[in-house]
Amino acid sequence: MDASAATVTPTVSDAPITTNFFAPTGRPGADDVSSEPAPDDLAAQPVPERSREIVFEVSGLSVHYGQSLAIDNVSLEVGANEITAFIGPSGCGKTTVLRCLNRMHDLTPGARVGGSVHYHGEDLYAPKVDPAEVRRRIGMVFQRPNPFPKSIYDNVAYGPKINREKGKLDDIIERALTRAALWDEVKDQLKKSALSLSGGQQQRLCIARALAVQPDVLLMDEPCSALDPIATSRIEDLMAELKRDYTIVIVTHNMQQAARVSDMTAFFTAELDDAGQRHGELVEYDKTELMFTSPSDSRTEGYITGRFG
Amino acid sequence: MTAIAASRLTGGAGRSFRKSKSALATIFIYAAFLVALVPLSLIIGYVIYRGASVINWDFLTGDIAYSPRAPSGGIGPAIVGTLLITGAATAMAVPLGILGGIWLQEYGARSRLASFVGFLADVMTGVPSIVMGLFIYTFIVLETKQTNAFAGALALGCLMLPVVIRTTEEMLRLVPSDQREASMALGSRKARTIVRVVLPAALPGIVSGALLAVARAAGETAPLLFTIGFTFTTNTNPFSGGNTALPVQIFGNANTPFAAAQDRAWGAALTLIVLVFLFTIVARVFSMLAARKQG
Repeated sequence: MDASAATVTPTVSDAPITTNFFAPTGRPGADDVSSEPAPDDLAAQPVPERSREIVFEVSGLSVHYGQSLAIDNVSLEVGANEITAFIGPSGCGKTTVLRCLNRMHDLTPGARVGGSVHYHGEDLYAPKVDPAEVRRRIGMVFQRPNPFPKSIYDNVAYGPKINREKGKLDDIIERALTRAALWDEVKDQLKKSALSLSGGQQQRLCIARALAVQPDVLLMDEPCSALDPIATSRIEDLMAELKRDYTIVIVTHNMQQAARVSDMTAFFTAELDDAGQRHGELVEYDKTELMFTSPSDSRTEGYITGRFG
Repeated sequence: MTAIAASRLTGGAGRSFRKSKSALATIFIYAAFLVALVPLSLIIGYVIYRGASVINWDFLTGDIAYSPRAPSGGIGPAIVGTLLITGAATAMAVPLGILGGIWLQEYGARSRLASFVGFLADVMTGVPSIVMGLFIYTFIVLETKQTNAFAGALALGCLMLPVVIRTTEEMLRLVPSDQREASMALGSRKARTIVRVVLPAALPGIVSGALLAVARAAGETAPLLFTIGFTFTTNTNPFSGGNTALPVQIFGNANTPFAAAQDRAWGAALTLIVLVFLFTIVARVFSMLAARKQG
């Protein structure tokens, strides 16, 4: 309803996206991120190619841990308002790639990043870029639910408080919890400890916590691997709902999950190089329906049909 | 194997052997606990037995007797001195130690300098307390040509510092890294993450470590022997004039052959134990309230 919402909400339209990592106070302060008209069930129909807006442009990305190469030469583009799934066996570097997208990788001791990652055309690894601002724009949900040992309210309030978000805190919190499909379950117990929630509720709380700072992108690192099937399906429904307003990149071990929720799928695997070192690389990246029906690489086919992995 | 083959709920021969082993271990643990309790209860019991009869208002507030032979005399100046010296030492060592521990764990981690500083802290923990006293005596007392409470506090502070540094570091290490990542992923900077997420989670452990250091410092005699001088009347100025402390009074009075002085030593010992006990309770309540405020 609010016209300014378009400036923070990447949509399939060609509305300009303002990227500004250097001046946190100057960022667009839209207060309703849920106001875009909802296209029907986007999961089923990938965004048409011609209007595809690129959020991440990864080219020649390589990551070293100390001396050893973790991933080599990964290039892919992530489109706005799409769910992009990274699949592949353990140790293939899909989480590493994900963590490069919001510079969480900076926090890993001894990690070095080569190649480039552009976010809306801006180099994420340029020297002037502020990693904290990058992470505020590009939220992250982790494998294990990791709420702070504080109340439900304080968990969601943490991000808006540290970022000095405008608007009334209570409203921000209600909106974030509503978007994360948790409000109805917790609205009467906001003062209760977040640790008293079930695993699935905790993960939705973590999603609400990430949404409360009004990010543009949500990175999810195996968000359902610690959850039971019912909680998993709630999170998947939520993702389909959220992609109207957010670009989502999800790492998953679960191929059915990738097939169910994603528009695009990237398949990674671990390869032995000439020196006998194991490192991850991107095998194939395409529309999910193509990846799962007619993959062009035999390794992808082998993995998705369960011959290995 | 036999137990599985028999597949009876009562189990076989192997099972009853394991059962008796378990019972034996249980008995052993209880016995060890009781043995550990013996010296503790004997010490506290005997100090109360000898000290309680000495303690009264005049004893707690009165000036120190000029002669150890005197039948009366109090420990008022020593209580004030202990509070002053330990308080000043805590005010210096605890903030510095916590900051040092934060640096070691959150900033310096894995660097060569950090492991060197950590090693130094370990060595410092092992330095006998009298050496700390001599150090302050040589570099402060001889230089300023005076003994006072502040010099004693410096000596005790040196003693407390490595304990606080190491426990802070250990407690911060126990905070799961996913808590740090959760905060960083929300656009929080490192310093804020430490202040808002990491420190609150580690607070109870840090308070315990600081308490341990305070309790140890409050009971130290050796570092004070050459540093604080002596007084018979209460001296509340830490920077001027001699002072005294409870452990020094215990040491001095217990070293005399006079019954009255020895009684005063027991009284001072009980006072010191109660004082440390009170510190502990206050700090625990404080950390509990802080934890509750965190939610």
